[in-house]
Amino acid sequence: MKRLFPVLLLIDIAMFAYAPVLIQGAPYEATMGLVQKIFYFHVPSWMVMFSSAFVCGIASAAVLFFKRPSADRIGVAAAELTVLFGMIGLITGPLWGRKAWGVWWQWDARLTSSLVLWLIFVAYLLLRKYGGAGSEKLAAAVALFGMANVPFVYWSVNVWRTVHPTTNVVMTLQPGMRGPFWWCAFAFLGLYVLMLSARVRLESRRAELEALYLSVED
Amino acid sequence: MKKTVWGVKALIMAGIVALALVAGGARVDAWQQPPASQEGFVPVENLPQREQLPAAPLVMGAYAVAWVAVFGYIWSLWQRLGRVERDIAEVSRRVEAGGRR
Repeated sequence: MKRLFPVLLLIDIAMFAYAPVLIQGAPYEATMGLVQKIFYFHVPSWMVMFSSAFVCGIASAAVLFFKRPSADRIGVAAAELTVLFGMIGLITGPLWGRKAWGVWWQWDARLTSSLVLWLIFVAYLLLRKYGGAGSEKLAAAVALFGMANVPFVYWSVNVWRTVHPTTNVVMTLQPGMRGPFWWCAFAFLGLYVLMLSARVRLESRRAELEALYLSVED
Repeated sequence: MKKTVWGVKALIMAGIVALALVAGGARVDAWQQPPASQEGFVPVENLPQREQLPAAPLVMGAYAVAWVAVFGYIWSLWQRLGRVERDIAEVSRRVEAGGRR
């Protein structure tokens, strides 16, 4: 990853630099107009958030069942990024909703379940920070619940009546919107991979520091 | 060992502020007084410009929030990594000095 990092970084910078051109050139949506352009950052941020929740959940399963310290480092890094991208989604969504629905927030199935999912990963981070010794196992269990929650959040718009658009929107995008959307989605995914590897490196270096302190004490 | 966790603190604080804003918005909606009853409606072709909620500030706000969050996180990560690297260098120096004695 060390050699791949600068290459991926350059590609991702180029993708994000070109993204505004594509978004500006994308057609306006008939009923929502300009405000619908929030979609090109809002949905990719949720896609990354869901992926990160899965990464955290799988890493946490490895912590619980195989006791792998490296998996724990990936888990805590992914949890932090889940909260970050979830926060972007939770802020950009109401900005879109204010114009499209006339309200900042609706306590409907999709919005409420998304908030609960985000809070689960905030709880993971709080546990890691204040839980004391052995909290990584309890936090790993919380992350498993968080991961299990993702499919419910995703399908909530199709099962319950909600003001939020359904999951069909992405699959049935018109060609003019499809290109910019997937461009932004892959740019966000690249950004996620870069940030995750940097955050995992921080955890690895912390583990090395911990080992050094122990060797000094001995 | 003292760990540098203020980045996590900042994330949690931002979350609490977002929650407070959402809850505050819901309360304001709930406590708003209904407008006085109208005797009749007057139709118009187009909504006056001042009555329309402009979309541009919302779109720019959304993109700005995304970038501020990403760059803020990268900056915090950079700071935390720098601090750990300095601590490693310091402890390694101490270990080497101890070994020479």
